[in-house]
Amino acid sequence: MLIPHPLLGPRDAAEFIYLGDASLIDRPDWQSDTAAEAFHDYLYLRDNPAGEHRELWFHEQGDRSWLVVTRNTLTHEITSAELARDVAKERGRSV
Amino acid sequence: MSINRLTGGLIDHNAPVKFSFDGNTYEGRGGDTLASALLANGVRLMGRSFKYHRPRGVVTAGSEEPNALVQLRTGGRQEPNTRATTIELFNGLTAKSQNRLVSLKFDALGINDIFHNFLAAGFYYKTFMWPRAFWEKLYEPVIRNAAGLGNLSLEDDPDCYDKGFLHCDLLIVGAGPAGLAAALTAGRAGARVILAEEDFLLGGRFLAETGGLTDMSAADWLAVTQAELAAMDNVRIMPRTTVVGAYDHGIYGALERVADHVPIPESGRPRQIFWRIYAKQAVVCAGGIERPISFENNDRPGVMLAGAVRAYVNRWAVTPAQSVVVFTNNDDGHRTARDLIAKGVSVPAVIDVRVDACASAGDIEGTEVLAGAQIVDTKGRLGIKSVTIRLANGQTRVVPCCAVAVSGGWNPNLGLTCHQRGRPVWNDTIHAFVPGADLPVGQLVAGAANGVMSTHGALKSGAESAVQALANIGIDAHPAEIPRAEDAPLSITPFWHVKGAKRAWVDFQNDVTVKDIRLAHQEGFRSVEHLKRYTTLGMATDQGKTANLTGLAVMAELTGKTIPETGATIFRPPYTPVAMGALAGRAVGREFHPTRLTPSHKWAKEQGAEFVEVGNWLRAQYFPRSGETNWRQSVDREVLATRRSVGVCDVTTLGKIDVQGAHAATFLNKIYANGFGKLPVGKVRYGVMLREDGVAYDDGTAARLAEDHFVVTTTTANAVLVYRNMEFARQCLWPDLDVQLVSTTEAWAQYAVAGPNSRKVLQKIVDATFDISNDAFPFMACGEITVCGGLRARLFRISFSGELAYEIAVPTQYGDALMRRLIEEGAEYDITPYGTEALGVMRIEKGHAAGAELNGTTTASNLGLGRMVSKKKDCIGNTLSEREGMALDGAMALVGLKPTNGDIVLAGAHLMNLEGPVDAAHDQGYVTSAAYSPVVKSSIGLSLLKDGSNRMGETLRAISPLDGSDVLVQVVSAHFVDPDGGRLRD
Repeated sequence: MLIPHPLLGPRDAAEFIYLGDASLIDRPDWQSDTAAEAFHDYLYLRDNPAGEHRELWFHEQGDRSWLVVTRNTLTHEITSAELARDVAKERGRSV
Repeated sequence: MSINRLTGGLIDHNAPVKFSFDGNTYEGRGGDTLASALLANGVRLMGRSFKYHRPRGVVTAGSEEPNALVQLRTGGRQEPNTRATTIELFNGLTAKSQNRLVSLKFDALGINDIFHNFLAAGFYYKTFMWPRAFWEKLYEPVIRNAAGLGNLSLEDDPDCYDKGFLHCDLLIVGAGPAGLAAALTAGRAGARVILAEEDFLLGGRFLAETGGLTDMSAADWLAVTQAELAAMDNVRIMPRTTVVGAYDHGIYGALERVADHVPIPESGRPRQIFWRIYAKQAVVCAGGIERPISFENNDRPGVMLAGAVRAYVNRWAVTPAQSVVVFTNNDDGHRTARDLIAKGVSVPAVIDVRVDACASAGDIEGTEVLAGAQIVDTKGRLGIKSVTIRLANGQTRVVPCCAVAVSGGWNPNLGLTCHQRGRPVWNDTIHAFVPGADLPVGQLVAGAANGVMSTHGALKSGAESAVQALANIGIDAHPAEIPRAEDAPLSITPFWHVKGAKRAWVDFQNDVTVKDIRLAHQEGFRSVEHLKRYTTLGMATDQGKTANLTGLAVMAELTGKTIPETGATIFRPPYTPVAMGALAGRAVGREFHPTRLTPSHKWAKEQGAEFVEVGNWLRAQYFPRSGETNWRQSVDREVLATRRSVGVCDVTTLGKIDVQGAHAATFLNKIYANGFGKLPVGKVRYGVMLREDGVAYDDGTAARLAEDHFVVTTTTANAVLVYRNMEFARQCLWPDLDVQLVSTTEAWAQYAVAGPNSRKVLQKIVDATFDISNDAFPFMACGEITVCGGLRARLFRISFSGELAYEIAVPTQYGDALMRRLIEEGAEYDITPYGTEALGVMRIEKGHAAGAELNGTTTASNLGLGRMVSKKKDCIGNTLSEREGMALDGAMALVGLKPTNGDIVLAGAHLMNLEGPVDAAHDQGYVTSAAYSPVVKSSIGLSLLKDGSNRMGETLRAISPLDGSDVLVQVVSAHFVDPDGGRLRD
């Protein structure tokens, strides 16, 4: 596969490490009353869609960016690749 | 003399080539394949079939060959299952037939053929069911021995293989008429083109046919075209290169046989290269594959595909025999008859199943066309002697002949078009599957591969596909002008097998007959995927290239469905077999993974160190001295010398991560379970990292060199993982933090200097401006210093051994010099280099957890580090580390073990109560690490024990059924040496 790195252009998937669902960005609030349940769901429950999937890839043999790649699990078509840092900020992650 | 050699062709009649097959020496010609040279010498029998051991000869002239598989070369270069049809002949070539006992002509296992009734499809599922235990010990080994292909030599392959990477605008697969027209079109447009051709000559069917072009000879057009392409810098022509797979996003795998056509590769050249081709667009011009017709005893040597016979006659100037009959359902078979007759070969009859054959194909001078006739049987055990024909009027006639050229029509070569799970569609004009609409991204198909069966059509579609492909990536191109060419419509009447035949072969390679397909149908294995697995139709090295469609047609007949309703099996890469060596490339033996050497490696080698692989690293394991006959003597000496005076060990392999930024401390607070916010500058702290599920996964230290600068160390094994996780936390979880990370593992050489005299040694090399006395530089201090007169260095007062100890780091390029200097300056204290074994012994003596304890199942509290996990802050893993079940009463705890009778305690042994059953249900824990301690003067161990902290003094059994050991051990503190830690602080 080729991953269209937003900074570096198309790069071979072999340069990357795959992590999984981009929902791993949405780490729960440790101080909430339901933190334990929320962390359980965050860590163990994933959708397994046949179709579009947003997922995390790490450019380990490259610039060490974490990317959010939108890939169709049926066709491997990649419709977007964004810096995970930008995605995380958009989703309101902060200290 | 070569009895079947004709004149003309594309071989060099003046270049004799000597070779041997099954021990006999023969002579071929330059340009021959092994198959053509054997045929020229009258050798029709080339192998034995897989199951019945029936005598077999060559069927095709290409890589689709099911029968003529031979063992090529000898010794380390021996290669099983190579197709005689694709082996280029070279002087001294040696080949042997396969799958036969005694000799090819007398195969003792030919008896299988007599018992064929017991060996039908799925026989092993039925016949060898009982007794059950016999399967593994008797039946399977016997069957495997009897049924099989070639053998491995079991010697190392002396040749090297390589991998390569190529990029292009347009990849053209196949250099037949369509591929060449595409290459001309794209080459002239200035596009970067790769033209890959499986054969060693370009031209495809042009090489095998006499006609094709109407105004000029195909040979002339080929010569002009090749010359033009060769002159283009933007076109890379790759003969002997098979594109074997179409992968995601326009990536293709291709195998180039660089030196398979010479006895030994030139020095420094690989035998084969596996290319990964990144193509923006691709045009598949892979041509077609002819399909046979099944009839009684149609597998005898001499029965060949009609198109292959033409290839042998026209290209290689060889006829399979002096008398050849043709059996066909389309006009193509008639071409074969004409070409044979033109070369003076006798064609006793053309047997055409079509009743209107003469109307369609016309008469042929010199032979008789038997319209509406069929071959119903053949004779000749080791080679065809005659065929029995049923004429249109129902009479039978026996016609003597030595070969049969069979044509059942042509199938587009679909492989690459279906590798992304594309489903082919049925075409009623050519009665074959053609590529569907769901092609791999960026792929087009032209020529016969797309069902375009005329020469004109192939040329035209090749040129037009190239224009289309380039337009897709914004390159303007115009179709190359094409020569006037044959454009006859195809005339074919589908005909798959002669009815009533007892054993009519469909798949030669797997010995699958029409009868086997009937059996599969009868037993309910009717879907194509079931049919394939029940009968093995379409498996093995040829993947049923010549067999699959006939198999489907027979099944369709049986079920009353159409062929497209019956469906095709999935095509998967590789298109043709690829040697494992080519996939491995140079990554074999020592080069299987990179080897990382520590800065002191050269020095350690000079000292005669034994090395051990730790991940990719090579680390000194111990340093034997003269007189030491056993590794334990060396290790014990290194441990005692370090604890008595001073030792030095290369710890460069530990991961080092530089953490900088205003929020560096905040960040580390989130990474480590314990707190780092309040760590003062100039101090080091031990830290443990959790996974988000609360399990401990790594430990190490973080040294604060400045308010905004930390150096984190990780274990050697987890260096990459910890860095990756820290980047995840930084980029994905807390993107607002001002913090930057960089791995500096290879930037710093680092040595542990341990033992009561370690400070005295270091004081000799640390520059005088830096005070490293106990008061100025206490336990867990760190600082940036200079050594040896101005060399920048980092000093950490940390200890893994339990002794007064330091770790000192200098830029990697000074690592070797620093080690030599330490040894020199430490000589007066008898400084002793120690390796990973002594390091391990000392950490076990001290009771430090390491990889064996941080084994992916243990929590911080299991390891006795529970109090370190802060409950006052958010960090990775702390929420789930508190869930129920993670801190149960009686949970595993890290304890020490000491055998009560001087026995040896083994890592991996399980702990059992003295009284009570010894089984998994009563398991008390297990030994994680064990070593002989020269300090305790006994074997000692660390273990995870249920409720361990409350069981001090208890005696247990340590049982290792694997080693047959069962010893009594006493539970003791894990800290065998200096439990109060006084030495660290001296």
